[in-house]
Amino acid sequence: MTQVATLPDPLAEVAPPRGRSGGAAWAAWLARRLGLAVLTLWLVSVLVFLATAALGDPVRAILGRDYDTNVGRREQLEAQLGVGDSIVTRYVDWLGGLVTGDFGTSLANQQPVWQQVSDTVVNTLVLVLLAAAVMIPLAFGIAMISAHFRRRRPDTVIQTILLALAGVPEFVTGILLVALFSTSVFNIFPAVTIASPTARPWDTPEGMVLPVATLVVAVTPYVSRIVRATLLEVLDSDYVELARLKGIPEPVVMRKHALLNAIVPGIQVIALQLAWLAGGVVLVETLFSYPGVGRQLVDSVRNHDVPMVQALSMIIAGVYIVVNLVADVLSILLTPRARTAISS
Amino acid sequence: MTAPTRDVPQTTTPAGGLVVEDLGVTLTGRPVDVVDDIDLVLRPGEVVGLVGESGSGKTTVGTSLLAYSRAGALISSGKVLLEGRDVLQLPWKEVRQLRGEEIAYVPQDPASALNPSIRIGKQLVELHQLRGVGTAESRLQAARDGLAEVGLPNDDEFLRRYAHQLSGGQVQRVALAMAFLPKPKVLVLDEPTTGLDVTTQKMVLDTMAQLCRSHGVCALYVTHDLAVVANIADRVAVMYAGQIAELGPKDAVFANPSHPYTRALLDSIPHLSQARALKGIPGRTPAPGARPDGCRFSDRCTYVVDACKQQVPPLISVAPDHEARCIRVGEIGMWDINRGTVPDADPNRKRDVILSVEGLNVFYGRKQIVHDVTFDLAKGEVVALVGESGSGKTTISRSVGGLHKEWTGAVRFEGRELARSARSRSAEDRRRIQYIFQNPYLSLNPRLTIEQIIRRPMELFGIAKGKQATDRVLQLMEQVALGSGMLHYQASRLSGGERQRVAIARALAAEPDVMVCDEITSALDVSVQGSIVALLEGLRKERGISMLFVTHNLALVRSISARVEILQAGRVVEAGSVVTVMDTPREEYTRKLLSDSPRVG
Amino acid sequence: MSTTASLPSTPSFLGRAMKQKRFVFGFTVTLLVIAFAVLAPLVAPYGEEETAGPPYSKGGLFGTDYLGQDVLSRLMHGGQGVLLISVLATLLGMVLGILIGVVAAYAGGWWDEVLMRLNDVLLAFPQILLALVVLTALQNPAAWVIIVLVGVSHAPRVARVSRGVALGIVSRDFVVAAEALGEKRSRVIVAEVLPNMIGPLLAEAGLRLTYSIGVVAALGFLGFAADPGAANWGQMMNENRLGLQTQPWAVLAPVLMIAIFTIATNLMADGLAQLSQRGD
Repeated sequence: MTQVATLPDPLAEVAPPRGRSGGAAWAAWLARRLGLAVLTLWLVSVLVFLATAALGDPVRAILGRDYDTNVGRREQLEAQLGVGDSIVTRYVDWLGGLVTGDFGTSLANQQPVWQQVSDTVVNTLVLVLLAAAVMIPLAFGIAMISAHFRRRRPDTVIQTILLALAGVPEFVTGILLVALFSTSVFNIFPAVTIASPTARPWDTPEGMVLPVATLVVAVTPYVSRIVRATLLEVLDSDYVELARLKGIPEPVVMRKHALLNAIVPGIQVIALQLAWLAGGVVLVETLFSYPGVGRQLVDSVRNHDVPMVQALSMIIAGVYIVVNLVADVLSILLTPRARTAISS
Repeated sequence: MTAPTRDVPQTTTPAGGLVVEDLGVTLTGRPVDVVDDIDLVLRPGEVVGLVGESGSGKTTVGTSLLAYSRAGALISSGKVLLEGRDVLQLPWKEVRQLRGEEIAYVPQDPASALNPSIRIGKQLVELHQLRGVGTAESRLQAARDGLAEVGLPNDDEFLRRYAHQLSGGQVQRVALAMAFLPKPKVLVLDEPTTGLDVTTQKMVLDTMAQLCRSHGVCALYVTHDLAVVANIADRVAVMYAGQIAELGPKDAVFANPSHPYTRALLDSIPHLSQARALKGIPGRTPAPGARPDGCRFSDRCTYVVDACKQQVPPLISVAPDHEARCIRVGEIGMWDINRGTVPDADPNRKRDVILSVEGLNVFYGRKQIVHDVTFDLAKGEVVALVGESGSGKTTISRSVGGLHKEWTGAVRFEGRELARSARSRSAEDRRRIQYIFQNPYLSLNPRLTIEQIIRRPMELFGIAKGKQATDRVLQLMEQVALGSGMLHYQASRLSGGERQRVAIARALAAEPDVMVCDEITSALDVSVQGSIVALLEGLRKERGISMLFVTHNLALVRSISARVEILQAGRVVEAGSVVTVMDTPREEYTRKLLSDSPRVG
Repeated sequence: MSTTASLPSTPSFLGRAMKQKRFVFGFTVTLLVIAFAVLAPLVAPYGEEETAGPPYSKGGLFGTDYLGQDVLSRLMHGGQGVLLISVLATLLGMVLGILIGVVAAYAGGWWDEVLMRLNDVLLAFPQILLALVVLTALQNPAAWVIIVLVGVSHAPRVARVSRGVALGIVSRDFVVAAEALGEKRSRVIVAEVLPNMIGPLLAEAGLRLTYSIGVVAALGFLGFAADPGAANWGQMMNENRLGLQTQPWAVLAPVLMIAIFTIATNLMADGLAQLSQRGD
């Protein structure tokens, strides 16, 4: 190599922040994030309590016409809900129970809430995780195929179909799937998940096909569209152009330069949709009589079973907050700019 | 080499050079030329400057040398010959092999051209790794050598950085190192120093020139900046509206520009050595599909005759190796680089101070950006605040204009102390000090019409309303050379130069005594900058408006202002009349700025 | 530095929208469904709660439902309520959300921090959950309760979007210029900021309408409708679910109406979103 003199004073430029020794900074950042999550959860509890206990009169709602006649039952319910106490006292009692793991007693059947909820939580998690396991590869696959054909016919067709599906409410999709696969047209899958109250849903796997499929159809279009848009944006970026002009083969450009930068928005949209699933299960579980949190919630709302609704709402909101927290941390870990901004 | 190159291409290209013949690029949907009829030779070891304003197609030509066109355009005709092989005809696999290894590209905006999530070291060795060149150690060593060549640190810590952890100049030099690593024969540089400070720009340009010479690489340097070309190029090609208007050795083009466009362009740029009365080029650069028949420049040319509009003129030889695309090339006379120079502002003029800044300290949060700055501005005077990025020049102007309120010290207007933020100043003070922003694409509400934008200050300050206001809007538009036909246009329909004129008219509508101009020409083409500067000079003379002119361009300072404050890291390092500071600088920093600024003539 | 952007003219946002296939299709179908919901009750063969024959029989175009009411007539009567509630809930959600988002973005600092933190709390509730929690303590909610619940559940989502859009605008120099001239803050928001948000906000409104229909119909489907006897597309699905095997049309007819309407509003919203990304 020809000798070229090193140019003068190259280091005179502002030294950029160092990306090392940020352990303490990381801990502080994480602590702040966790603190915010706890704060949000606490505000959520206030809101849940106010909405269920302060807005209406659950005892009147439960007893209906019997409110005036069945005084004994009324007093029993009022005692259980602590109607006589001030709202602050009731909230503090309830919150104290939540923190110590005591979710209270169901008004409908006088069983501890925790006991009734523990199984259904697992059932719902299984349902959501199955749906996610199918949805993620499917959505990314469709997005990559679509991006490959960018703005040509296959892309347009895929995008139009996805767009149409994205708008349809999940229970509408579910009913259409039921009509198609478990009634007159094809009688392949059962329309309800399980009949016996003690059995677990996965004991009859064919019963889980339609609920999972419904959730997948409800979520995939959205994720897939976002991932495609991100991929296209990245493929149009200057650094991908430079990689091509450097003579890097197209598959490597795709794999190393494009996908790496498209993954963070992908994670965020998946998190958003997983969190959405926490609400989406309400309808899908009801539709398919799936023994999960969602159906339990709807039943409890119908029965005006305040302690159950409070517990289930807190669980759903908690899942939402945790999923978002995890997604935030992952996104930051995978984005060098954000990562170094914290540690410096 | 006076004969057109296409006759005997093989004999005129020595090994290592590149020949472009009759290159044309069109839009994909419509049969519209983006560029056409491009003939160009790059000889080994030589730097050819490809100069043009926005819309000239210079970048399109640059990437075409790598057989690449951006989405929406395609290379439709011509040859790019590298050692006898036509790059445009090669099979796809060979083109890819050739990119990087034989023809390398240095991008315009390296900050976005380096992958944000791959470490610098990895990006540097990527190509060699893919091609299986050498071992892991030898590749790493080559990357370290490459970084040393461009004057960057090459330790492990540096290799592990991401692009966002480097400064602008460092990023650009990484891009240069990356381009030189595979030892290419041809280098295409696409405005690689846009947005860099002059000292950094100088360093990057020197590095590039040195590497080209020592490696025997020929380079095509694409830029809008004539002054840069005057400093680094061996030959110059001036592009206008998709064609080469003039082509020749650098000295010949600058000493004897033969195309009217080249002359107009040179008339519009300021010189470091002497004040000039700058002139713009009237009208706009026509977009592809809207270009005039015949000579593309005919609708804006001062030398135009009927024959110009008949057919596209060929490149006509002016002197050996020097050609211009103008049929009147022999008739338009000689030209002098010093045409248009005027006496510098008189340093001994009596000053009647209207605005003074005393002991200004400005903060952003807890960080102090500006330290104890003191200067003043007299009636009918232009004072320039000059400095590189981070010098605090814009911060000072924003504090004076009341747009930033975290500051201490005093800003006195006619002796009275002004409140910190515009909102807490009196309406009269707000009216009399007007602020004009750098980027006219951001400073006008795209939803409003020109009339609404210009008349708003009149209504707000109770200067005029109704029919009277409309009349005044029309007067102001005439004054800033905007046609009255644009009255009901939305701002989004205007070009950058037109928008900046609207912004000036909006400021004038308030009938100000002081205008704070924050880099108001830096987002514009040089020919547009010329006309804006001419407009400001007229306003100063006719209305006696004082201006605080923020800029990074020292040459521009010479032509526009009477006094100058040189800023570095938030402090004034040197101040005084323009003639004194620029001809006999006292401070080392000023001298360095002056010597690093590219010069024309 | 590529080509000069000198468009000959830029027609209004809606003018440009009318040239876009996706938007025009969505818009037309949306109008058709609304027209159906508004006009159909006038020509319905049977009254809203009128018995037309035995339950789940084949008479009429779509047969009869679980009470023997004519499904076609129920379908014709059942659109108005759902659509009206959805539209009003969307409006409420948009107004609240824009207000929160724009104020947060324009005021910045502590205001922004506090407003958005509270917003995050509301966001932690899936939309349907917020409605359900409140319905626990109420019996037979009135229509306005559902409008408020759905509207409020939209607000934090709209607020997040409009804050994002507004942040990109309040930092622009024309807003700073208006501040420097001393314009009133309310005028800066109304005259400078909001007009530049129209495109994205229209798109958001379209999207919100799509979701409104989903939530309102879902509440009906879950059996929380305002008026248990009245025809309502969501409720019709719930009432006739058990008859899906024997008389599928009693369920499928309202399902298809909702599907068509949501697809149409979503296409419309996406068309607007594409335009607002491309233009300006």
